[in-house]
Amino acid sequence: MAASLHIAGIRKVFGKGDKAVEVLKRIDIDVAPGEFLILVGPSGCGKSTLLNIIAGLEEPSEGELLIAGKNVIGMAPAQRDIAMVFQSYALYPTMTVADNIGFALEMRKVPLEVRRKRIQEVAAMLQIEHLLDRRPAQLSGGQRQRVAMGRALARDPQLFLFDEPLSNLDAKLRVEMRAEIKRLHHVSGITTVYVTHDQIEAMTLGSRIAVMKDGILQQIGTPDEIYRRPVNTYVAGFIGSPTMNFIDGKVEVAGDHGRFVFDGGVLDLPCPEGPRVTLGQRPEHIHLSDDAPWRGEVVLVEPTGADTYVVLKTAVGLITVRAPANTRIEIGAHTGMTVSGRHNNWFDHSTGVRLAHMDAHHEP
Amino acid sequence: MTAKPFSFGRLFVYGLLLFAAFFFLAPLYVMIVTSLKDAEQLRSGNLLSLPAGFNLESWTLAWSSACTGVDCRGLKPYFMNSVFMAVPAVLISTAWGAVNGYVLSMWRFRGSEVLFGFLLFGVFMPFQVVLLPMSQVLGFLGLSSSIAGLILVHCLAGMAGTTLFFRNYYKAIPRELVNAARIDGAGFWRIFWRIVVPMSTPIMMVTLIWQFTNIWNDFLFGVAFSGADSKPVTVGLNNMANTTSSVKSYNVDMAAAIIAGLPTMLVYVLAGQYFVKGLTAGAVKG
Repeated sequence: MAASLHIAGIRKVFGKGDKAVEVLKRIDIDVAPGEFLILVGPSGCGKSTLLNIIAGLEEPSEGELLIAGKNVIGMAPAQRDIAMVFQSYALYPTMTVADNIGFALEMRKVPLEVRRKRIQEVAAMLQIEHLLDRRPAQLSGGQRQRVAMGRALARDPQLFLFDEPLSNLDAKLRVEMRAEIKRLHHVSGITTVYVTHDQIEAMTLGSRIAVMKDGILQQIGTPDEIYRRPVNTYVAGFIGSPTMNFIDGKVEVAGDHGRFVFDGGVLDLPCPEGPRVTLGQRPEHIHLSDDAPWRGEVVLVEPTGADTYVVLKTAVGLITVRAPANTRIEIGAHTGMTVSGRHNNWFDHSTGVRLAHMDAHHEP
Repeated sequence: MTAKPFSFGRLFVYGLLLFAAFFFLAPLYVMIVTSLKDAEQLRSGNLLSLPAGFNLESWTLAWSSACTGVDCRGLKPYFMNSVFMAVPAVLISTAWGAVNGYVLSMWRFRGSEVLFGFLLFGVFMPFQVVLLPMSQVLGFLGLSSSIAGLILVHCLAGMAGTTLFFRNYYKAIPRELVNAARIDGAGFWRIFWRIVVPMSTPIMMVTLIWQFTNIWNDFLFGVAFSGADSKPVTVGLNNMANTTSSVKSYNVDMAAAIIAGLPTMLVYVLAGQYFVKGLTAGAVKG
């Protein structure tokens, strides 16, 4: 059963008086039933605190929290009908896998027969039937991860909470489990809140992403919106890998056929009113061109197989360009770069806020 | 490991170890051989000589009919007093410490660290300080000179130590485990019984051995708070050995001393393997 989640004006302050630290500053998020919401941000941004508040493991200092339209502030975690997967998995070390999965049902006095059946179902869904008699210490990292998810699935909760569940796995397993989580969400349709600091997980898993920094919600939107229209330079730099290039400069002519002038280059682009703005340009939207006037010296070439990333030293700093895989270029070479009038992200130079009125120009 | 060539350094180390082993085992040897000798051999023989035969007479005497003053029932009643005192006192103080440690490490509340700080005082407090106030308390509760009173005293005296053991052990258990159980619907006691206690075997063993050794070997509280019918075995042994009679029966005294010390040795042999494990056990894998 999918439930909605309504977070309104949530504040959290630790300590008091002069030593008070405000880790969450009025967070408002609405999650529709069945949605997969990602909370993403650097460590210390408050995303885990927010998750703990949703779970009921911590109480907010202020604010409203509704699960399926019901106010849950002050309600014990067990009564909120949620399930949570922890970073360390938090499997009960002295119980077998089957007992781990069935523990929540046992606490809710579900009869043994029903419980057994449900454990079997969940184990089949996660392909861990052969592990049911083992203890957590006898499992590999990926298997523990599956058991932790099985424990969450067993109860068929209203809300799934994930707290950086993949960060203890190696790279290959992480990709595998990421797909598994996506599949399970698709099958179960349960509303999910997923905390991560990994922007690739955020992009691939989420139906919406909430980017947080210093206890403030920076932007919330679909992965596409966040990627293509970041509301400020922080979000723009945080989402996307390699990160977006930022070029500080001056607008000499504003309008559809404007001129953007910066240290070492001039670009003819649709420009906002200036004079001082920052242009954000993703690596895939800058192109290498031998005879272009904006020049740079190649300092790093990173072939990834599908693409080759070329890092160039220019007068405005390092610029990363995504080039085709077959690009042959040597470190130390000098080359030019071109930028088209599409896919430009304009930000206010001093505040870093997106100049949204320019968005009409860079539709694909 | 490859065999090391002979060196004087190693010879010295082994020599020192052998000497230490001899030093500690010699009294035990003397106690055992003396307890197996009869009065005749004691008078004529050497302290270290082997007994003439395997004679358990002095053990029987020590256990059931040696005299303390005019009371000739041997060590048995005192021994049983010690059992009736030590078993409940050990179990209660260990359980008490486990619950305290559980609260202080996983259900921290305002002031719990301060409380723990005060508890630490209890670990280092010399017990002579509490003798008088404690006897007043026991009198007030009507438990003076009784085994129940001794149990209470040992529980109180041991609680600080057992709390410290359990608190430090539980501190290493990840908090996420408790949070997971809370979300799963388990309450304070369910989490304790179903999740925390099953993880506690090593520290449980350490505490049981520690408490049993302390309580069984205690003399101070036994002397101060027991009555005529509730003297523990340590006090009984002391009184028996100090009873003046025409001839000192060292063989009986030695047998009695071994009997008095046997339970702690037995506990250590049975549970000792957990002792080292428990003291070194740190983080819990899971």
